[in-house]
Parts: sequence; structure tokens; C-alpha cells
Amino acid sequence: MSVVNATHTVLSNERVAEDTFALRFSSPELAASIRPGQFMNILTDEAMDPLLRRPYSISAVDGELCEILYAVVGKGTGILARKRPGDEIGVFGPLGNTFGYDKDFGTALIVAGGIGVAPFPYLTRELQRRERPVLTFLGARNAARAVTRGLANVQLATDDGSAGFHGTVIACLENYLAAHQVDAPRIFACGPNPMLAATQAFAIERGIPCELSLESEMACGIGICQGCPIEKHHGERKYSLVCTDGPCFDANDIVFHEHHHA
Amino acid sequence: MNTSFTLGTLHLKNRVLVASGTFGYGNEAAPYTDVSALGGIVTKSVSQLPRQGNAPTRIAETPSGMLNSIGLANVGLDAFVRDKLPFLRAVGTSIIVNIAASSVDEYCAVLERLEDEEGIEGYEINVSCPNVKEGGLNFGTRCDMTEAITRELRKRTGRALIIKLTPNVTHIGDFARACEAEGADAVSLINTLVGMAVDVRTRRPKLSTITGGLSGPAIKPVALAKVYEVSKAVRIPIIGIGGIMSWEDAIEFLLVGASAIQVGTASFRDPDTAVRIVHGMRNYCEEQGIEDIQELVGGLRVATGVAAPGFVKA
Repeated sequence: MSVVNATHTVLSNERVAEDTFALRFSSPELAASIRPGQFMNILTDEAMDPLLRRPYSISAVDGELCEILYAVVGKGTGILARKRPGDEIGVFGPLGNTFGYDKDFGTALIVAGGIGVAPFPYLTRELQRRERPVLTFLGARNAARAVTRGLANVQLATDDGSAGFHGTVIACLENYLAAHQVDAPRIFACGPNPMLAATQAFAIERGIPCELSLESEMACGIGICQGCPIEKHHGERKYSLVCTDGPCFDANDIVFHEHHHA
Repeated sequence: MNTSFTLGTLHLKNRVLVASGTFGYGNEAAPYTDVSALGGIVTKSVSQLPRQGNAPTRIAETPSGMLNSIGLANVGLDAFVRDKLPFLRAVGTSIIVNIAASSVDEYCAVLERLEDEEGIEGYEINVSCPNVKEGGLNFGTRCDMTEAITRELRKRTGRALIIKLTPNVTHIGDFARACEAEGADAVSLINTLVGMAVDVRTRRPKLSTITGGLSGPAIKPVALAKVYEVSKAVRIPIIGIGGIMSWEDAIEFLLVGASAIQVGTASFRDPDTAVRIVHGMRNYCEEQGIEDIQELVGGLRVATGVAAPGFVKA
């Protein structure tokens, strides 16, 4: 696998929803090697604050272009949001594992919450290339924050009822499955940990195969710092690392704790 | 130009090492940097038995720094020898194994087992981890314990013995003197400073263990002052650690008295940092017409008549 650790020039950085941006840069090497579910670590600039890179899912690949979707939540993403075409960012990737989009299943059920939508435009494209049916359940705080670009067959749920279903994305999914026959589903989920914990419980109860893409505090991204543990049910080791064992995990394997619901 | 450094039986081809816990066992970073260009690798701490480490959350970024509370997660002695050492032996740089333990007996047992293994040139003794309940900082903040550990380990090895000191003490020079008196070949400093961070929305500490160890450029000025202080207290070599991000930072440590340096947190930002520092130091020496980098060690120019800071005990 060819790994990129280089400075790249921002080609575009456009607002796609409230406090949410899509940033594109050209990287033939990364575009050729990165797969849906994987991520890259981005260094916003040479300054020492922020000190560490932050992980960003690959959202889309178009020829040599790579795209990330991000919400402005802190210092680093604030700096990123001010990047203009021609500005530079440091890119290190691809990192982590991929979604199991080539596994044996019928319909892909994508479950996304907030900026957890980030990896799914790329996954959707790869699923559609394989002519697999895709249904997307998207949870957002409100209509202004819903990011639907690159998704397919979107069922929107908002916390405030300003668009689509009024309630959680899991309730939306549950309603849908009660009313529709879905052939051999497999869930691909990414979002805040409380949403992932709810998705995990739902999938296990229904016996639906399910993958969760996790987020974690992370320093190195390559398994050195041991800073991103997630507890596992099985195996010799108590913890797996989100960066190198994940970020995509089988819902049956991982344990969510109280601090994940904070 | 000579950039090498000899410490007892340990011969470093240059003065740049990677710090324990920031470079794994070498294999993890090998795809991203030329490991063979390093002066040496100090391994992730090895304890007698595997350690799972602390519960999440283990890290939190702070201004120009980071807090960690990993809890010495490591594969344990047997797996280290079986799975990690063969790779390390083959990378073409000096290997220093960092040992962590919760008793003097355990330190001795781990070292004795490693004495049977080829390809290890030295040991760095972690008496200063702030993130484990037993052992760790309890040893490093007690001069008599630091002394006893050094004495017992010195009896058991002819390989380079380096004691890694904590800055979380009143007079770090006293600890360095104890190590020197008991036959340590060198001291390395500083380990992380105890620190904490709070999430104001949840009112919870950001780390699961409440406090953790602060590292990164935020601690470099503290580290420089501690190295300077220790350089006035002992004659054995000092390995400087703390927030080194660039070759300029590394040279600063040499000037205040370090014979070699370790790159730590910077490897998380970019695993190629230490190798870039090796090249940067070499270029600096060439530019400055320096024939042996040893010339820089302790080369700080202090104006005549300026007294040493009060904390420096001669």
C-alpha cells in the first residue's frame, strides 16, 4: 500500500451546510489507494497549536481529486474552514481499514448522524458501482445541517422536526423497516457514539449484520501512541485501536461504555 | 564530521533517538520513515507481563502539547522477545529497551531475561511514569528508590544503563546524583509533567485517570531548564527529552548540556520528524564548520559574572 505523507494544495473549500464544508485537493497517489471507510490525518499548518493532526474520513474520490467533509467544531476545523484555493494542508494516509462493502449481503443500510455522514458519499459510489441497493438514513440536528450530497435514497430525520422524520435516525430506520421488506440488509453506521451504541443495540436485536465506523481522540494514527483504545468483547487483548484495527468494527465485537454516551 | 556518541558499551551513530512510547517497537513507523537513519530507538516500555493500559479517554490535546494516560500498555516481556526484538535487531540502529516495573524485583527480572538476548545495547529504566497506580512515579519521586533500582540493575548488566528521570520533583539534580553514584551510565530527562484538562460542558476530566502526562513543545522550556540543572549536578551524560520538534530544538538541548536527545511527541505529528532532525543537525554543523558535534555539548555562552539560577545546586 502506498502511503502519502506530503503537503497538498487546496483546490476548493465550499460550505455545503451550516458549519459544514467540503474540501478538495489533488493527490493521484492517495486517490488511487484510499478506500471507503479509511481516513487520512491532516495537519492544518506549521504552527504548534493545534499540535496533532486530526483524522478525516475520505468522502469522495473523483479521478485524482480527494474530498473530505467536515463540520467546524474546534480550533483545527476552524483553521481548515478558512483555507482558500492555493493554501496548503499536510496529508498523511490512507490510514485504517475499510468498510466491508464487498461482503455477502443484499441491501446496504447506511446510518449516519451529523458529520458522521463523511465517509458515505464514497461508500455509496462504490456500492452503486457494484449495483447494490443502498438506503440511507441520515440524522441531523436540523434541516440546515443535513448534508445529503453524494448519498442515495435518503430518509432524513431531524432532532427538531424541521425536515423529514421528527426524531432519532434509529427510530426513523425502525419505522422504515416495519413498513418495508428489505432483502438481506447490512448496516454501515457512522456518527456520534450514542447513536452508534443505539445502532449496535438495534442491529444485534434484529440480527442484522452491522459495521460501525468509530471516532476517537487520536494522536499518531498508526498504532504507536496507543491513544485510541476501544474495548472488545472477544480476543486476547482487552482493547483494540481505532486507528489500526478500525475505524470500522463489527458491531458484535465492541463495547460501549458510559463515557461514550456523555 | 563526527556526529557519533559512545556511552559505555553503547555506540550511537548520531545523537538523535526516538523516545519510549512514541515510536512503538520500530515496526509501526518503519513504513513512514528511514528507521536506520536514527541514532537509536528507545522501545515502548516493556513490563514483565502484558499490560492492557488505561481505559479511554487516554489522550487530550492542550495548547502546543498533549496529555496522555496510556498506562504503559505493552505486549509484555515474552511477546517482546518473541515478536518485536527480531525486527529491532535488523533495523540497523542501536536498540535501547525501556523497562517499566512495579517492584525492584520485577525490574531485575525483566533486565536479567533481556541480558540473554543479543541485539540490545542498553536499557532505559522508567522510574517516572505518572499514569500507573503502582510503581512508576512512586519510584521516580523517591531518591532512595531511584538509588536502589539503579544499584540493583547495575550489578546485573554491563550494557548501557540509563535512568529516565521525572521533572515532578523539587530538585531533579539530587536524583541524577543518586543515579551517578550508583553507577548509571547516563540519565535521560524529562519524562512528562503531571497535568490535567477539563471539559466544561460535561464538567468531567478529559482523561479517564483525571490527570496525565503533559508532553510536546509546551514543556520544552521546562525540559531545557531541567537538563541545565542536571548538567551542573553530574558528570555522566544527559539525554535531553521534552518537546523537541526541530533540529534547532535539538541543538538547544545540546548547548544546555545534553549529549544526545530523544524525539517524542513530534513523531505523533509526523513519524519522519526524528530523521529530519538528524539531517538538520548535520547541515547545521557543516554550516558552522563544526568537526565534532561534541563541541556543542554544554556550549551555552553565559555572560561573565552571571550567577547560576538559584535552583542549581553545585
